[in-house]
Amino acid sequence: MQDLELFRAETRAWLEENCPASMRTPMPEDEVVWGGRNATFKNPDSKVWLDRMADKGWTTPTWPAEYGGGGLSKTEAMVLADEMQRIKARPPLVSFGISMLGPVLLEMATHEQKLEHIPKIVRGEIRWCQGYSEPGAGSDLAGLGTKAILEGDEYVINGSKIWTSYADKADWIFCLVRTDFEAPKHSGISFILFDMASPGVSTKPIKLISGNSVFCETFFDNVRVPAGNVVGRLNDGWTIAKRLLQHERTMISGFGLSSGRNNRGGLADSLAQTAMSYRGDTSKLSDPALRDQIAQFMIDSEAFSLTSQRSAQEAKQSKGPNATSSMLKNYGCELNKRRYELALKAAGTQALGWESLTEDGSDFSPRELDTTRQWLRSKGNSIEGGTYEVQLNVIAKRVLGLPDMTSMVASNKK
Amino acid sequence: MSLVLNEDQLMLQESARDFCREKATVAVLRKLRDEKDPRGFSDELWQAMVGLGWAGMAIPEAYGGFEFGYSGLGIVLEETGRTLVPTPLVSTVLLGATAINLAGSEEQKSELLPKVAVGETVIAFALEEGALHNPSNIALGAEKTADGYTLNGDKVFVLDAHVADYFIVVARSSDPADSNDGISLFVIDAATPGISVQRLNMVDSRNAGNVRFDNVKVPAGALLGAENQGNAALERTLDIGRIGLAAEMLGGVQEVFERIVDYLQQRTQFGVQIGAFQALQHRAAIMYSEIELCRSLVRKALHELDRGAEADDIPALASMCKAKLCEVYELVSNEGIQMHGGIGMTDEFDIGFFIKRARVAQQTLGDASYHRDRFASLRGF
Repeated sequence: MQDLELFRAETRAWLEENCPASMRTPMPEDEVVWGGRNATFKNPDSKVWLDRMADKGWTTPTWPAEYGGGGLSKTEAMVLADEMQRIKARPPLVSFGISMLGPVLLEMATHEQKLEHIPKIVRGEIRWCQGYSEPGAGSDLAGLGTKAILEGDEYVINGSKIWTSYADKADWIFCLVRTDFEAPKHSGISFILFDMASPGVSTKPIKLISGNSVFCETFFDNVRVPAGNVVGRLNDGWTIAKRLLQHERTMISGFGLSSGRNNRGGLADSLAQTAMSYRGDTSKLSDPALRDQIAQFMIDSEAFSLTSQRSAQEAKQSKGPNATSSMLKNYGCELNKRRYELALKAAGTQALGWESLTEDGSDFSPRELDTTRQWLRSKGNSIEGGTYEVQLNVIAKRVLGLPDMTSMVASNKK
Repeated sequence: MSLVLNEDQLMLQESARDFCREKATVAVLRKLRDEKDPRGFSDELWQAMVGLGWAGMAIPEAYGGFEFGYSGLGIVLEETGRTLVPTPLVSTVLLGATAINLAGSEEQKSELLPKVAVGETVIAFALEEGALHNPSNIALGAEKTADGYTLNGDKVFVLDAHVADYFIVVARSSDPADSNDGISLFVIDAATPGISVQRLNMVDSRNAGNVRFDNVKVPAGALLGAENQGNAALERTLDIGRIGLAAEMLGGVQEVFERIVDYLQQRTQFGVQIGAFQALQHRAAIMYSEIELCRSLVRKALHELDRGAEADDIPALASMCKAKLCEVYELVSNEGIQMHGGIGMTDEFDIGFFIKRARVAQQTLGDASYHRDRFASLRGF
């Protein structure tokens, strides 16, 4: 306990000295640090902050020091998070390497693979993307068809991926490929890593209904990858894929928590006040139906946030976090969708502008325009990372122990 | 803040669950109903519960209780909600003892709380005057006299009215512009002349009654708390009642859901277990998610109640709990019938008792619309 207090004092002093002042202010979207070979630092302090934190391994506090991580215990990491929260320090680095790939590599990769990849994730030197979905394999992910055929000590990869987030900006990809064409569909998949700069890789951004392009189509045309880049056992990639999806769901369910916390400053953060101000109401929201819906939404948000806390507490008592991760993912996404639908109702036509045609935003303010775009973006929350319906299947099967009709359908086909 | 039960609480939960499953089953309620039991609950069973400490759960040790807190009482209520056994827990322990503990004089507390803790007395809480929960519209009058007060007026839907030894009566003792001032609470011997009770036969087969107060003369010592200042204690008592009732409803919700999932695994149609059909799976998964939220809210609210003066935001938490549990118990009790199909419609099958209890519990101390409206006002919109 005394050690922990000492750690707290040292951490506080270090942060005080090393966290630049501008890194203690709310982070605009375009100052988020993703790292990578072509990393951009709109604010030069971001680079200073990243390097200082990476030197201590504190971009990934609990990862082993052997691979460049912070080597902290869970309790120490909580102290660090507390202390960062105290001075409102920005996260120095955000990446799929940290939230998705790294935990899986630490669990399942060889020592050499960890030595090669983990330190670069920690330092933000390599930016990763995820090659899972394909045009013909969405909810039925295991139906994927991208082929990897062994030629000498290399795999030759052909096929395409879709919905690859930030593929056009990523340096490396972790990718699911088919390596056994005779086995049942779940048993012939391998998990492989390769450089996006390899000859034969190309990407094409996909424009979404929100007007933005965060996803890409990714094409592989005779891409040659060293055989040693397979993680885990050959043809056992599905096990790794599922493990990684759990990390991804945990990340996405965080969206539903943003109600009062990671304020984006949009109209959706304060629905009731927004609704009242657009109606000129002073003490009570004049639309009784909307008032009821907003109250119900706020109650559900609060209950959801308590459930996330309870789930974390139960996980600590090792009752297993996995049972609730699908439920939290789904509920969080639905809440986020509800939030934006309510924001639209709250602000009427002012939340339906597409872009401003005036210099001063007198037609639509940036907050209003952001609300329109975020509303459209939110529709993807219940599709990405496993659709709402697939998650309900998972809850029914894994948590409630109900029979699996999809496997009955599959076995009938054979 | 802990949202999971500690060792002591887990032991209490296990022993309460065992007791209810062995002795206080749905069959007890069915028998009381079918035999038109004059008391409406089993005294013998109630005394056994008292023996387990349930009646003194939230009462301070100084007044003969066990000081196990509202978290303890909530656990017991949750388990009784699973088997629907009728007891005076809500009327006497949750509402009556709470009001006396919050507002009573030293003398009133020393006289009445130990009696509650040993199961010697039933206290009924006389609040409502119309078909919908409305604690800010009290018309029953208390007129000051030389040596006390005279009460005149009618109360409806008073839980355990016809078996009560005492009534706690919410009365208007002055008539100011603001309806929240001028409320006084009284604790009155049920045998006082002028009180008449009309028992009600409710759909959930639990005790309730309409009570008429016709020139009921009570001594000054019957006043519970300060004259005209009863509203604060009333509001807090009601919030504790709402949270406790939400705990009971949580028990019912979980029980119905578990029965649904069992049935989906057993019942076979078209050659497969009906639980293999996605139309049913998805509805079950949605209910599961909603129930997880209910559990978190109830745990949080009970936990806050036990923090006493440091408690956080009790009025809003009480309304959140009650609103959410009303909504989810309605959903799950409806699905309880639908997913059981024809057998769910029969009186012989137990599931019907739950939908009946659900609707009465929903209306008791405010339904979902009442509490969402109250929550919105508390949050400033």
